[in-house]
Amino acid sequence: MNPFTYARAEQAEDALKLAEAQGARFLGGGTNLVDLMRETIERPQSLVDVTGLSAAIEETSAGGLRIGAAARNSAVAEHRLVRTLYPVLSRALLAGASGQIRNMATLGGNIMQRTRCAYFYDDDGSRCNKRTPGQGCDAAEGFNRYHAILGASPSCVATHASDMCVALAVLDAVIHLRSPRGERTVPFVDFHRLPGETPQVETVLEPGELILTVELPANPIAKRSTYRKVRDRSSYAFALVSVAAALELDGGKVKDVRLALGGVAHKPWRALRAEEALRGREATPENFRAAAGAELIDAKPLRYNAFKIELAARTITAVLQELAEEAQ
Amino acid sequence: MSLKSAAMKLMQKAIEHAPDSMMPGGKPDPLITRKHGIVGAPVTRIDGPLKVKGAAPFAAEFEAEGLLYTAVAFSTIAKGRITSLDTSAAEKAPGVRLVMTHKNAPKLKPTPMFNTQPKAAGPSDLPIMQDDSIHWNGEPIAVVLADTQEQADYAKSLISATYKEEPAVIDFDAAMKNAHEPKTILGEPPTINEGDAEAALSAAPNLVDKTYTTPRHNHNPIELHGVTLFWEDGELYVHDSSQTVAQSAWTLAEVFGLDEKKVHIWSPYVGGGFGSKTLWQHHVLAAAASKMADRPVRLVLSREGVYRTVGGRTTTQQRVAIGADADGRFQSLIHTGVAAMTEHNDCPEQFTFPARHLYATKSFLIGQKVADMDMLANTFMRAPGESIGTFALESAIDELAEQIGIDPIELRARNEPESDPTTGKQFSSRNLIKAYRDGAERFGWNSRSAKPAARRDGEWLVGMGCATGTYPYYRMPGGKARLTVSKDGFVTAEFAAHEMGMGTATTQTQVVAERMGVAQQCVQINYGSSDLAGVFLAGGSSQSASIGASIHAAHTALVEQLIKLAGSKSPLHGLDADDVESRDGGLHTKKDPSHGESYAAILRRAGKDELSVEESAPPPMELQHWSMHSFSAIFAEVGVNTITCETRVRRLLGSFDCGRILNPKTATSQFRGGMIMGIGLALMEETIWDSRKGRIMNPSLAEYHVPVHMDVPEIDVMWTDIPDPHTPLGARGIGEIGITGVGAAIANAIYNACGKRIRELPITLDKLM
Amino acid sequence: MRFLINGQPVEVDVDMRTSLLDLLRDHLNLHGSKKGCNQGACGACTVLADGERILSCLALAVQYQGREITTIEGIAEDGQMHPLQRAFIEHDGFQCGYCTPGQICSAIGMAAEAKRGMPSHMTRDLGAEFITLDRHEVRERMSGNICRCGAYNGIVNAISEVFVEAE
Ligand SMILES: Cc1cc2nc3c(=O)[nH]c(=O)nc-3n(C[C@H](O)[C@H](O)[C@H](O)COP(=O)(O)OP(=O)(O)OC[C@H]3O[C@@H](n4cnc5c(N)ncnc54)[C@H](O)[C@@H]3O)c2cc1C
Ligand code: FES
Ligand code: FES
Repeated sequence: MNPFTYARAEQAEDALKLAEAQGARFLGGGTNLVDLMRETIERPQSLVDVTGLSAAIEETSAGGLRIGAAARNSAVAEHRLVRTLYPVLSRALLAGASGQIRNMATLGGNIMQRTRCAYFYDDDGSRCNKRTPGQGCDAAEGFNRYHAILGASPSCVATHASDMCVALAVLDAVIHLRSPRGERTVPFVDFHRLPGETPQVETVLEPGELILTVELPANPIAKRSTYRKVRDRSSYAFALVSVAAALELDGGKVKDVRLALGGVAHKPWRALRAEEALRGREATPENFRAAAGAELIDAKPLRYNAFKIELAARTITAVLQELAEEAQ
Repeated sequence: MSLKSAAMKLMQKAIEHAPDSMMPGGKPDPLITRKHGIVGAPVTRIDGPLKVKGAAPFAAEFEAEGLLYTAVAFSTIAKGRITSLDTSAAEKAPGVRLVMTHKNAPKLKPTPMFNTQPKAAGPSDLPIMQDDSIHWNGEPIAVVLADTQEQADYAKSLISATYKEEPAVIDFDAAMKNAHEPKTILGEPPTINEGDAEAALSAAPNLVDKTYTTPRHNHNPIELHGVTLFWEDGELYVHDSSQTVAQSAWTLAEVFGLDEKKVHIWSPYVGGGFGSKTLWQHHVLAAAASKMADRPVRLVLSREGVYRTVGGRTTTQQRVAIGADADGRFQSLIHTGVAAMTEHNDCPEQFTFPARHLYATKSFLIGQKVADMDMLANTFMRAPGESIGTFALESAIDELAEQIGIDPIELRARNEPESDPTTGKQFSSRNLIKAYRDGAERFGWNSRSAKPAARRDGEWLVGMGCATGTYPYYRMPGGKARLTVSKDGFVTAEFAAHEMGMGTATTQTQVVAERMGVAQQCVQINYGSSDLAGVFLAGGSSQSASIGASIHAAHTALVEQLIKLAGSKSPLHGLDADDVESRDGGLHTKKDPSHGESYAAILRRAGKDELSVEESAPPPMELQHWSMHSFSAIFAEVGVNTITCETRVRRLLGSFDCGRILNPKTATSQFRGGMIMGIGLALMEETIWDSRKGRIMNPSLAEYHVPVHMDVPEIDVMWTDIPDPHTPLGARGIGEIGITGVGAAIANAIYNACGKRIRELPITLDKLM
Repeated sequence: MRFLINGQPVEVDVDMRTSLLDLLRDHLNLHGSKKGCNQGACGACTVLADGERILSCLALAVQYQGREITTIEGIAEDGQMHPLQRAFIEHDGFQCGYCTPGQICSAIGMAAEAKRGMPSHMTRDLGAEFITLDRHEVRERMSGNICRCGAYNGIVNAISEVFVEAE
C-alpha cells in the first residue's frame, strides 16, 4: 500500500473540500478500495472518509425512498420499507458478499466498486487497459469465464460485480451527485459506462464528485420484484449471471416490466429490449424466453463464457415466470 | 538391473514370504482386544479451550525483540533470466533494512529434495535465489525486510524487474506429447501389465473406455504459511507452521551447512496443512535474510504468495477402460494417464494406485506417466492420487454398471478380490463390501431409481450416487518416542509429531493413557518440535500409526526397565515384560491382575524421581508383507437445478473401513473434513492456470472456491470399527480417506439426477448446460 | 490513534496504512483475530464493531477510532468462557482452530442480526417480523466464514445449541 493521509468528513461540504487535495479519494467501508490499495492498483494520496455523511433512509415527499450514500448495505437490506416496497433491492443486497462485508460496505462504495477481473487484479503479472491504459487486455484471450457477453470492447471484457446495482437498475433509481461546481442528478442506468476505448473510466462521476444519495421513485411495480443470482457455490461468490426483475400483469398480459442483468457486462445491464418485447404480451414462458432472446441477440461469447448466454436466457425466463405466478 | 536394486528386490521378496510372526504387527497389539479403555472413547479435544479463546499461538504470533517484517516479490515469467532488478527505490523506502536478491543472497547449499534421503524435505532441487535464472512464474526474486509489514509491502511494490524470456513448457496439452515414465511412483512401478488388457477389453461384451481430466488444486489452509525465526549463537530457531518438523530442520541444516542439532523448529499449532505445510522457499529465504540482517524475522506469505510459492495438486488426464463379461466380471482393467510435474521434483500424483488394489480382473494395464512443465513444483495434497484417481475409476465403474444393467454396488461386490489383485499379497483387513451394505441401508440406497432423471423436487432433479474410496495404510520409518514416568505416577510422552487439527494431541493422550494403564489426566504429551524424538510426517495418514508403534516400542522398553528397577523386593521380580501388563497406574501380571505394583511404588523404592526411555519403532516391514489399505463407501444425493444447472449436495454419507476408530468424535470430524474437501473437488475447486504465461490467475480465496457453510449439508459418517490385526491398536489412518471417492460419488449422483455424465472436474454448471 | 478495544481504551502510534487486524495482531499483541487471506474472502479476521461483525483485514484501523471493538479475547463473560465457546468445544466445531475465533465472533454478530429481524438470502418472507434460525439460515448467514478443515457441521451444531434452542 502506498502512503496516504486520512481525514474524516462530517459534512458533504467538508468532504468536497478535502477531496480537492492531490490524489484524494473518498473512502466508504473500504472493502473494495483497501483491497485494491493493498495490491497497489489503487494509489490514493489522501483518503476522505465519507462514512460519517448521511446514511439516512427516508421517504421522499413523492412517496419514494432516499438513501444516503453512507448507508451500510446491511442497513438498506434490513430496512422495512425496502423490504416491502423494493424487495428486489433487499434480495440483491442479501445475495452479495457476506454478512461481515455487508455490514461494512456503503451504498456509495458499492456503486463505485471497480469491475472484477483476474487480470486487473494481477498487478504486475498481466496486461490490463484499466490499470495501464493502452497496455492491452490479457483477459480477452485468457481466462474469461466470468467476463462480459454484452457491451464489451476489444479493450476490456470485465464485468461489474455488484448485485445491489442490478436491483437499482430495475428500480429506475436516480443518483444525486455533488461537486464543487454544484449538484446534479443522473439516472442510475446512465451512471456506469461501457468500456469502449477508455475502460479505466467506469462511471460518469467526475473526479472529486461525491455521491450524496440514491433516490428510488415510488412505483407500485417495484413491490412485485425479485432477484436471482447464479453462482459457482451456494453463497459468498460473485454472480455468473444474475437477474433483477419487476412485473405487473393485467389479466394474463404484461402491463409493465423491469428487467436487468448482472454478471454479463461492464455495468449493470438494463434489459430495455426485453422489456419492450414484453409489454402488452401474454405472460407466458415462451414469451419470456423470446424476450430474453431479443435482449441477448447481440451477446458475444468469449472463449470460456458462452454458457452465460443460455444461462441468462433461462434465468430471465424463470424469474419472470416466478413473478407472473405470484401475480396471478 | 543394478546390484543394489537386485539386492533390494531380494529383500522385498524375503519380506513378502517371511512368516507373519516375524513382521511388526505379526502379533496383534494386545490393546486391540482391550475393549473398555479410553481408546475408542469420544474424548473432547484437549486443546479446545485454547483454540476457542484464540489463545493457541500460531507461527506468526511469536514476538521477538527487534523483529523485522517481510515482503516477497515474485517473477512474472515462467522461464528465463532476470536482466535487471531495480531495488534502489525499495532500499530507500522508509523502514527498510534489507532487500535480498540473487545478487546479495548468501551462498546456500543445494536443497535436498523430498524422497531422495530419509529426512530430505526440499520441495524441489532448485537453487533458492542463487542466480538470475527463473524456473516458474511466481518464483521469489526479492525479499524485503522492514520495521513494519506496511513498510515492507510498500517497498516491495517499488521493485521492478526485467527478464529475458526463454521458451517454456507451460501448456499441459503440449507437455503431454513428451510425457514419460518416471522411475517409480513413490517406490511402486509406474507400469503393470498382466495379460493382454487391450485385447481383453475389445473382446469384452461390456466395456467402457473414457478419458477423465482433473485440474490443479490448492490446499488453502486458512492459516497463511509463515515463520517467525531468529539466529542465536550460530543456531537457527524457527516458529513454523509445519507438518514435517524433523525433516525441515534437517533440510535447513543442510542448506545452511549446519549440524542438524543446531536447527530448532517449533510448531505445536498448525492452522491446517493438508500436505502444504512442508518446507518451501520462504523458510530458506526468511532464514537467509535474518542471517544477513542479523535480526529476528517474521515472514508471512500473502495469500497470493502462497499460490505462487507453495505447490498444490497437479493436473491430470486419465484413461479408465474396463471390460466385463455378461455377469459383470472384469476381464480387463486399464487405468493410465499423465500428471503434470517438473523436472525438479518427484511427486507424480499416484492416481493409478486405487486401481491396483480394488478389483479382481483377468488382465491389467496400469500405466502412469509424467509430463514435465515449467511450473512451481507440485506437491502432495490430501490423498494425492487417490482423490482424483478414484474420481476416474469409480465414475467408470458407475458407467459400466449402468451399461450392464446392474446395481453399481453389486458390480463392485462381484469383483471384490480375494487377495491384492496386483501384488497377490493377503489383505491385512478388508471389509469394503460390509461398509457398502451398512452404508446403503442407512442411506436408503434401495430407493434410488436406476434410471436417470427420474426424481424431481420442484426446480431440482434429484439423484443418488455412490463410489469407493480407498487409501493405503502407511507407517513411516524413523518413528521414535520418549516415555517418562514419574514417581507421582504421571506419564509424559514426547515425539516430533504434529497436530494440525486431526486430533493428534487428544487421541495420542488416549493412546498413551491406555498403553501405560493410567488415567488420561495423568498423561502429558509433547509434540510439534524438531528437538523431540523421532521423525514423523503428518502426511500419508501415517502419523497415528507411526506414533502408535513408537509408543508401543517405548512402552516395551520402559516395562523392561521398570521390572529391572523394581528389584527383588517387588512382586514383579523375575518376570518377563511379556508376563506383565500396564494397568491401574502400574504393572500387573497378566495371570493375576491383583499381583503387581504401581509405577510410583517402583520408582519410590528405587529412590528415583522418574524413569525415561526413548525407543524406536521397528522398520515398517509390514507394509511389504501385507496389502494394507483403508476403504470407504461414499453415498451422495444431489440436486441439479433444471434451470441454472447449479448442483447442490443434499445428503452425503461415508461408510468407512479404517480399522479401529481411536476417538469417534475427532474421527467424525476428520472424515467429514475430508468429505467436504471432496465436495470442493467435485463441484468447484480449480486453480486457474493461464497456459499462455504459466501463471495462476486466481490466487485468492475470493476466486478459488472452497466449500462454504451453505455448500455443506449435515454429513453422516459410520464405520465398521473392525480392528486391523496388524497395526498398532488395530487402527489405520483416517486423514486422507475422507476425500477419496467423494468426487465420483457426486459425479455419479449428478448423472443419476440429470442424465449428464461429466468427466472433467470440477463439475460446474456450465458443463451441465 | 485512540481505540476502544475489549472495553479498554488504548493509544498507539501506528502507520496510517495499518489495518484493524494488523493493529490487533502486530501492535496490541491480540493474536486471537486471525489472518487467513487479507482479501476479505475468508472471515478469519472477523471482529465486532459496536456489536456488528466486520472483517478487520479490510478495515483501516484509523477509521475505527471511537468504535467499540470486541475481539475473541473480549467475549468472555465475567471471566467465564462465552457459552458459544463452550459449545464449540463440546460439538467439536473446529480442527486446527485457526478459523475458530472468526467463526465465534461472526456467530455472535449473526445471532444479534437475526434477533432484530434481519432477513437473509434464505429468508422466504421478507416481510416477516421474526426470523427462525433454522440450519439453512445459520449456514447461509455463516457463509462468510470459511473453515478449510471442514468443521462446518460441528460449528452449526454449536451455534444452534446456543442461539436457536435457547430461544
Ligand atoms: C471477498 C469479497 C466478496 C464480494 N462479493 C460480492 C458479491 O457477491 N456481490 C457484490 O455485489 N459485491 C461483492 N463484493 C464487493 C462489495 O460489495 C464492495 O466491496 C462494497 O460494496 C464496496 O463498498 P465500500 O463502502 O466498502 O466501498 P469502498 O471500498 O470504501 O469504496 C469503493 C469505491 O467507492 C468510492 N466511494 C465510496 N463512497 C463514495 C461516495 N459517497 N461518493 C463517491 N465515491 C465513493 C471510493 O472512492 C472507492 O473508489 C465483495 C467483496 C469482497 C471483498
Ligand atoms: S483475513 Fe480477513 S477475510 Fe480473510
Ligand atoms: S478449524 Fe481449521 S480452518 Fe476451521
